[in-house]
Amino acid sequence: MTQPQVNPTPWIEGRFEENMVLTTVEQAINWARQSSIWPMTFGLACCAIEMMAAGASRYDLDRFGAGAFRATPRQADLMIVAGTVTYKMASRVRRLYNLMPDPKYVIAMGACTTGGGPYFKWGYHVVKGVDLVVPVDVYVPGCPPRPESLLEGLMRIQDKIQGQRIAKRTGSVGKVDDELPVPHHSGYVVSPVADGSLVFDHQKVQS
Amino acid sequence: MRGPGFLEQLETALPGSVAGSRLDALDPWIEIEPSRLVDVCRWLREKSEVRFDALECITAIDWFEPDSKKAAKATWQPHTELVYHLWSTASRVSIVLKVKLPRWKGDVPGQLPEVGSVTGVWRGANWHEREVYDLSGVWFTGHPDLRRILCPEDWEGHPLRKDYEQPLEYHGIRGR
Repeated sequence: MTQPQVNPTPWIEGRFEENMVLTTVEQAINWARQSSIWPMTFGLACCAIEMMAAGASRYDLDRFGAGAFRATPRQADLMIVAGTVTYKMASRVRRLYNLMPDPKYVIAMGACTTGGGPYFKWGYHVVKGVDLVVPVDVYVPGCPPRPESLLEGLMRIQDKIQGQRIAKRTGSVGKVDDELPVPHHSGYVVSPVADGSLVFDHQKVQS
Repeated sequence: MRGPGFLEQLETALPGSVAGSRLDALDPWIEIEPSRLVDVCRWLREKSEVRFDALECITAIDWFEPDSKKAAKATWQPHTELVYHLWSTASRVSIVLKVKLPRWKGDVPGQLPEVGSVTGVWRGANWHEREVYDLSGVWFTGHPDLRRILCPEDWEGHPLRKDYEQPLEYHGIRGR
Protein backbone atom coordinates (compact mmCIF):
# COMPACT_ATOMS: atom_id res chain seq x y z
CA MET A 1 0.00 0.00 0.00
CA THR A 2 1.47 3.31 -1.05
CA GLN A 3 0.79 6.63 0.55
CA PRO A 4 -0.59 9.22 -1.81
CA GLN A 5 1.64 12.22 -2.43
CA VAL A 6 -0.42 15.11 -1.26
CA ASN A 7 2.18 17.89 -1.10
CA PRO A 8 5.42 16.95 -2.81
CA THR A 9 8.53 19.00 -1.89
CA PRO A 10 9.55 21.48 -4.54
CA TRP A 11 12.51 20.44 -6.65
CA ILE A 12 14.64 23.38 -5.45
CA GLU A 13 14.27 22.56 -1.75
CA GLY A 14 17.45 21.44 -0.06
CA ARG A 15 19.63 21.81 -3.09
CA PHE A 16 21.69 24.70 -1.68
CA GLU A 17 21.74 23.78 1.96
CA GLU A 18 25.26 22.42 1.92
CA ASN A 19 26.66 25.13 -0.29
CA MET A 20 25.30 28.38 1.01
CA VAL A 21 26.83 30.26 3.91
CA LEU A 22 25.11 33.21 5.40
CA THR A 23 27.38 35.69 7.09
CA THR A 24 28.10 39.37 7.48
CA VAL A 25 30.40 41.43 5.32
CA GLU A 26 32.51 42.15 8.37
CA GLN A 27 33.13 38.48 9.05
CA ALA A 28 33.76 37.72 5.42
CA ILE A 29 36.37 40.45 5.11
CA ASN A 30 38.04 39.45 8.35
CA TRP A 31 38.09 35.82 7.26
CA ALA A 32 39.71 36.77 3.98
CA ARG A 33 42.25 38.97 5.66
CA GLN A 34 43.26 36.52 8.34
CA SER A 35 43.67 33.76 5.79
CA SER A 36 46.10 35.68 3.64
CA ILE A 37 48.54 37.48 5.89
CA TRP A 38 51.55 38.13 3.74
CA PRO A 39 54.62 38.70 5.87
CA MET A 40 57.57 40.81 4.85
CA THR A 41 60.97 39.19 4.56
CA PHE A 42 62.67 40.83 7.46
CA GLY A 43 65.40 38.74 9.00
CA LEU A 44 67.90 40.73 11.05
CA ALA A 45 69.70 38.05 13.06
CA CYS A 46 69.49 34.45 14.22
CA CYS A 47 65.70 34.60 14.73
CA ALA A 48 65.42 34.74 10.95
CA ILE A 49 66.67 31.15 10.80
CA GLU A 50 63.71 30.05 12.90
CA MET A 51 61.42 32.21 10.79
CA MET A 52 62.72 30.46 7.69
CA ALA A 53 62.17 27.11 9.38
CA ALA A 54 58.61 28.14 10.14
CA GLY A 55 58.14 28.97 6.49
CA ALA A 56 59.65 25.71 5.25
CA SER A 57 57.86 22.43 4.72
CA ARG A 58 58.11 20.95 8.21
CA TYR A 59 56.23 23.74 10.00
CA ASP A 60 54.62 25.15 6.87
CA LEU A 61 53.50 28.69 7.51
CA ASP A 62 51.48 28.40 4.32
CA ARG A 63 48.81 26.42 6.18
CA PHE A 64 47.72 29.75 7.62
CA GLY A 65 47.92 31.51 4.29
CA ALA A 66 50.99 33.35 5.49
CA GLY A 67 53.62 31.66 3.37
CA ALA A 68 54.03 34.34 0.76
CA PHE A 69 57.04 36.23 2.07
CA ARG A 70 57.18 39.49 0.18
CA ALA A 71 60.40 41.30 -0.49
CA THR A 72 58.73 44.70 -0.52
CA PRO A 73 56.74 46.45 2.19
CA ARG A 74 54.17 47.59 -0.38
CA GLN A 75 52.79 44.07 -0.70
CA ALA A 76 53.08 42.99 2.92
CA ASP A 77 50.53 42.96 5.73
CA LEU A 78 52.72 41.67 8.51
CA MET A 79 56.21 42.63 9.58
CA ILE A 80 57.92 39.87 11.54
CA VAL A 81 60.85 41.69 13.14
CA ALA A 82 63.14 38.72 13.56
CA GLY A 83 66.40 39.67 15.20
CA THR A 84 68.41 42.32 16.95
CA VAL A 85 67.43 45.87 16.01
CA THR A 86 70.31 48.30 16.32
CA TYR A 87 69.98 52.06 16.49
CA LYS A 88 71.38 52.22 13.00
CA MET A 89 68.69 49.84 11.78
CA ALA A 90 65.85 51.40 13.77
CA SER A 91 65.23 54.21 11.32
CA ARG A 92 65.06 51.67 8.49
CA VAL A 93 62.60 49.51 10.43
CA ARG A 94 60.41 52.52 11.01
CA ARG A 95 60.65 53.59 7.39
CA LEU A 96 59.67 50.14 6.12
CA TYR A 97 56.77 50.06 8.56
CA ASN A 98 55.55 53.40 7.24
CA LEU A 99 55.74 52.05 3.69
CA MET A 100 53.38 49.15 4.44
CA PRO A 101 49.72 49.60 3.45
CA ASP A 102 47.01 49.48 6.09
CA PRO A 103 45.94 47.26 7.79
CA LYS A 104 49.40 46.31 9.00
CA TYR A 105 50.61 44.22 11.87
CA VAL A 106 53.93 43.70 13.62
CA ILE A 107 55.23 40.62 15.39
CA ALA A 108 58.22 41.24 17.64
CA MET A 109 60.01 37.91 17.42
CA GLY A 110 62.60 36.94 19.97
CA ALA A 111 64.13 38.37 23.11
CA CYS A 112 66.07 41.16 21.37
CA THR A 113 63.01 42.72 19.77
CA THR A 114 60.74 42.32 22.78
CA GLY A 115 63.08 44.12 25.15
CA GLY A 116 66.73 44.15 24.20
CA GLY A 117 67.33 40.58 25.33
CA PRO A 118 70.96 39.75 26.12
CA TYR A 119 71.96 43.24 24.95
CA PHE A 120 69.79 45.01 27.48
CA LYS A 121 72.53 45.89 29.94
CA TRP A 122 75.69 46.38 27.93
CA GLY A 123 74.54 46.56 24.35
CA TYR A 124 75.25 50.19 23.61
CA HIS A 125 73.98 49.85 20.04
CA VAL A 126 70.78 47.84 20.50
CA VAL A 127 67.28 49.31 20.68
CA LYS A 128 65.77 48.08 23.93
CA GLY A 129 62.71 46.61 22.31
CA VAL A 130 61.40 47.32 18.85
CA ASP A 131 58.20 48.73 20.38
CA LEU A 132 60.19 51.91 20.95
CA VAL A 133 60.24 52.35 17.18
CA VAL A 134 57.13 50.66 15.74
CA PRO A 135 53.81 49.68 17.40
CA VAL A 136 53.92 45.95 18.13
CA ASP A 137 50.84 43.72 18.06
CA VAL A 138 52.21 40.40 19.24
CA TYR A 139 55.35 39.61 21.20
CA VAL A 140 56.90 36.19 20.71
CA PRO A 141 59.48 35.50 23.44
CA GLY A 142 62.36 33.08 23.14
CA CYS A 143 65.98 33.18 22.14
CA PRO A 144 65.28 32.29 19.42
CA PRO A 145 61.63 31.17 19.58
CA ARG A 146 60.75 27.76 18.21
CA PRO A 147 58.78 27.81 14.96
CA GLU A 148 55.76 26.63 16.96
CA SER A 149 55.96 29.83 18.98
CA LEU A 150 55.98 31.90 15.82
CA LEU A 151 52.95 29.99 14.54
CA GLU A 152 51.23 30.70 17.84
CA GLY A 153 52.05 34.37 17.43
CA LEU A 154 50.62 34.28 13.93
CA MET A 155 47.41 32.73 15.25
CA ARG A 156 47.13 35.52 17.79
CA ILE A 157 47.44 37.99 14.92
CA GLN A 158 44.61 36.11 13.22
CA ASP A 159 42.53 36.42 16.39
CA LYS A 160 43.21 40.11 16.39
CA ILE A 161 42.10 40.43 12.78
CA GLN A 162 38.99 38.41 13.52
CA GLY A 163 37.96 40.86 16.16
CA GLN A 164 38.09 43.86 13.88
CA ARG A 165 34.92 45.84 13.23
CA ILE A 166 33.81 47.79 10.22
CA ALA A 167 32.36 50.95 11.60
CA LYS A 168 32.06 54.52 10.65
CA ARG A 169 34.60 56.61 12.45
CA THR A 170 33.14 59.29 14.64
CA GLY A 171 34.90 62.39 15.78
CA SER A 172 38.00 63.74 14.10
CA VAL A 173 39.12 61.88 11.03
CA GLY A 174 42.65 62.20 9.83
CA LYS A 175 46.19 61.35 10.63
CA VAL A 176 46.93 60.58 14.22
CA ASP A 177 50.05 62.17 15.61
CA ASP A 178 52.81 59.64 15.88
CA GLU A 179 53.89 59.03 19.40
CA LEU A 180 56.96 57.26 18.13
CA PRO A 181 59.87 59.01 16.46
CA VAL A 182 60.36 58.87 12.71
CA PRO A 183 64.12 58.98 12.27
CA HIS A 184 65.58 60.14 9.01
CA HIS A 185 67.66 57.50 7.28
CA SER A 186 70.75 59.52 8.05
CA GLY A 187 69.85 59.34 11.72
CA TYR A 188 68.32 62.77 12.01
CA VAL A 189 64.66 63.52 12.53
CA VAL A 190 65.10 66.94 11.02
CA SER A 191 67.82 67.60 8.53
CA PRO A 192 70.67 69.38 10.29
CA VAL A 193 72.00 70.82 7.07
CA ALA A 194 71.08 74.45 7.33
CA ASP A 195 74.01 76.18 5.70
CA GLY A 196 74.26 73.74 2.82
CA SER A 197 77.31 71.92 4.10
CA LEU A 198 77.28 68.15 3.90
CA VAL A 199 77.39 66.22 7.12
CA PHE A 200 77.49 62.59 6.11
CA ASP A 201 79.58 60.71 3.64
CA HIS A 202 76.66 59.36 1.63
CA GLN A 203 75.50 62.91 0.91
CA LYS A 204 78.54 63.46 -1.26
CA VAL A 205 77.82 63.62 -4.95
CA GLN A 206 80.16 61.50 -7.03
CA SER A 207 81.58 63.57 -9.84
CA MET B 1 113.71 34.34 12.33
CA ARG B 2 112.59 33.52 15.85
CA GLY B 3 115.82 34.58 17.43
CA PRO B 4 117.73 37.64 18.45
CA GLY B 5 119.21 37.80 14.95
CA PHE B 6 115.99 39.08 13.46
CA LEU B 7 115.71 41.75 16.11
CA GLU B 8 119.28 42.86 15.46
CA GLN B 9 118.56 43.19 11.77
CA LEU B 10 115.58 45.37 12.56
CA GLU B 11 117.62 47.39 15.01
CA THR B 12 120.36 47.86 12.44
CA ALA B 13 118.01 48.85 9.67
CA LEU B 14 115.89 51.19 11.77
CA PRO B 15 117.79 52.21 14.88
CA GLY B 16 115.73 53.25 17.86
CA SER B 17 112.52 51.71 16.65
CA VAL B 18 112.31 48.77 19.03
CA ALA B 19 111.01 49.55 22.50
CA GLY B 20 110.89 46.01 23.83
CA SER B 21 110.44 42.44 22.75
CA ARG B 22 109.76 38.90 23.79
CA LEU B 23 110.67 36.35 21.18
CA ASP B 24 110.38 33.17 23.28
CA ALA B 25 106.64 33.57 23.75
CA LEU B 26 104.15 31.45 21.87
CA ASP B 27 103.35 34.49 19.78
CA PRO B 28 106.66 36.36 19.68
CA TRP B 29 106.08 40.07 19.91
CA ILE B 30 108.07 43.23 19.39
CA GLU B 31 107.09 46.55 20.89
CA ILE B 32 107.57 49.42 18.47
CA GLU B 33 107.95 53.13 19.11
CA PRO B 34 104.71 54.74 17.90
CA SER B 35 106.51 57.26 15.70
CA ARG B 36 108.40 54.50 13.85
CA LEU B 37 105.51 52.11 13.30
CA VAL B 38 104.97 52.80 9.60
CA ASP B 39 108.70 52.56 8.83
CA VAL B 40 108.96 49.25 10.67
CA CYS B 41 105.91 47.85 8.89
CA ARG B 42 107.24 48.87 5.51
CA TRP B 43 110.62 47.32 6.33
CA LEU B 44 108.95 44.10 7.50
CA ARG B 45 106.93 43.87 4.33
CA GLU B 46 109.48 44.91 1.74
CA LYS B 47 113.03 44.68 3.09
CA SER B 48 113.26 41.96 5.70
CA GLU B 49 114.23 38.46 4.61
CA VAL B 50 110.87 37.17 5.86
CA ARG B 51 108.35 39.17 3.87
CA PHE B 52 105.32 39.79 6.04
CA ASP B 53 102.85 40.30 3.24
CA ALA B 54 99.62 39.90 5.18
CA LEU B 55 98.18 41.94 8.02
CA GLU B 56 95.89 39.58 9.86
CA CYS B 57 94.27 41.92 12.32
CA ILE B 58 94.61 45.07 14.35
CA THR B 59 93.52 45.01 17.96
CA ALA B 60 93.17 47.88 20.38
CA ILE B 61 93.23 47.27 24.11
CA ASP B 62 92.18 49.94 26.57
CA TRP B 63 94.27 49.59 29.70
CA PHE B 64 92.13 51.76 31.89
CA GLU B 65 93.01 53.13 35.29
CA PRO B 66 92.57 50.22 37.69
CA ASP B 67 89.95 50.10 40.38
CA SER B 68 91.15 51.68 43.62
CA LYS B 69 91.00 48.33 45.44
CA LYS B 70 93.09 46.67 42.77
CA ALA B 71 95.43 49.60 42.14
CA ALA B 72 98.08 48.30 44.53
CA LYS B 73 98.52 45.09 42.56
CA ALA B 74 98.14 46.65 39.14
CA THR B 75 101.18 46.25 36.96
CA TRP B 76 100.29 48.82 34.34
CA GLN B 77 99.87 52.50 33.83
CA PRO B 78 96.74 53.60 31.93
CA HIS B 79 97.40 53.42 28.20
CA THR B 80 95.98 52.21 24.91
CA GLU B 81 97.75 49.35 23.22
CA LEU B 82 97.58 48.43 19.56
CA VAL B 83 98.45 44.89 18.50
CA TYR B 84 99.23 44.04 14.88
CA HIS B 85 99.33 40.39 13.82
CA LEU B 86 101.44 39.88 10.72
CA TRP B 87 101.78 36.78 8.60
CA SER B 88 104.16 35.75 5.90
CA THR B 89 102.46 33.50 3.38
CA ALA B 90 105.76 32.46 1.79
CA SER B 91 107.64 31.55 4.96
CA ARG B 92 104.56 30.61 6.98
CA VAL B 93 105.65 32.53 10.06
CA SER B 94 103.83 35.15 12.05
CA ILE B 95 104.88 38.00 14.27
CA VAL B 96 103.12 40.38 16.60
CA LEU B 97 103.82 44.10 16.82
CA LYS B 98 102.70 46.12 19.79
CA VAL B 99 102.44 49.87 20.09
CA LYS B 100 101.73 51.68 23.31
CA LEU B 101 99.85 54.95 23.08
CA PRO B 102 98.51 57.29 25.75
CA ARG B 103 94.80 56.97 26.41
CA TRP B 104 94.33 60.57 25.35
CA LYS B 105 96.65 62.71 23.31
CA GLY B 106 98.56 64.91 25.74
CA ASP B 107 96.38 63.49 28.54
CA VAL B 108 93.58 65.84 27.50
CA PRO B 109 90.30 63.88 27.64
CA GLY B 110 88.60 63.90 24.27
CA GLN B 111 91.79 64.26 22.27
CA LEU B 112 92.30 60.95 20.49
CA PRO B 113 95.77 59.41 20.53
CA GLU B 114 97.47 59.42 17.16
CA VAL B 115 99.55 56.85 15.33
CA GLY B 116 100.59 56.50 11.71
CA SER B 117 98.32 54.59 9.38
CA VAL B 118 99.67 51.43 7.73
CA THR B 119 97.15 51.61 4.90
CA GLY B 120 100.00 52.50 2.58
CA VAL B 121 101.76 49.26 3.49
CA TRP B 122 98.81 46.87 3.49
CA ARG B 123 95.68 48.04 1.72
CA GLY B 124 93.60 45.75 3.93
CA ALA B 125 94.43 47.87 6.94
CA ASN B 126 91.92 50.44 5.74
CA TRP B 127 88.81 48.94 7.30
CA HIS B 128 90.70 47.52 10.28
CA GLU B 129 91.84 50.98 11.22
CA ARG B 130 88.38 52.41 10.67
CA GLU B 131 87.00 49.84 13.06
CA VAL B 132 89.65 50.58 15.67
CA TYR B 133 88.92 54.28 15.30
CA ASP B 134 85.19 53.69 15.57
CA LEU B 135 85.18 51.47 18.63
CA SER B 136 88.36 52.34 20.51
CA GLY B 137 89.13 55.87 19.43
CA VAL B 138 92.60 55.87 17.92
CA TRP B 139 93.29 58.44 15.23
CA PHE B 140 95.36 57.04 12.35
CA THR B 141 97.19 59.89 10.67
CA GLY B 142 97.54 59.48 6.93
CA HIS B 143 94.50 57.24 6.60
CA PRO B 144 92.69 58.02 3.32
CA ASP B 145 89.14 57.73 4.63
CA LEU B 146 89.01 57.59 8.41
CA ARG B 147 85.36 57.58 9.45
CA ARG B 148 83.13 55.32 11.48
CA ILE B 149 82.44 51.90 9.99
CA LEU B 150 80.04 50.17 12.41
CA CYS B 151 78.31 52.84 14.46
CA PRO B 152 76.19 55.52 12.80
CA GLU B 153 78.20 58.45 11.55
CA ASP B 154 76.81 60.82 14.16
CA TRP B 155 77.56 58.50 17.06
CA GLU B 156 79.29 60.05 20.05
CA GLY B 157 82.10 58.37 21.89
CA HIS B 158 83.99 55.17 21.31
CA PRO B 159 82.07 52.24 22.80
CA LEU B 160 84.88 49.83 23.62
CA ARG B 161 86.69 52.34 25.81
CA LYS B 162 86.37 51.44 29.45
CA ASP B 163 85.09 54.88 30.42
CA TYR B 164 82.41 54.91 27.71
CA GLU B 165 78.95 55.86 28.84
CA GLN B 166 75.93 54.56 26.99
CA PRO B 167 73.63 57.14 25.44
CA LEU B 168 70.31 57.64 27.23
CA GLU B 169 68.61 58.63 24.00
CA TYR B 170 69.42 58.38 20.33
CA HIS B 171 67.37 60.58 18.01
CA GLY B 172 64.18 60.15 19.96
CA ILE B 173 64.63 56.45 20.72
CA ARG B 174 64.90 55.83 24.44
CA GLY B 175 68.17 54.20 25.42
CA ARG B 176 67.25 52.32 28.57
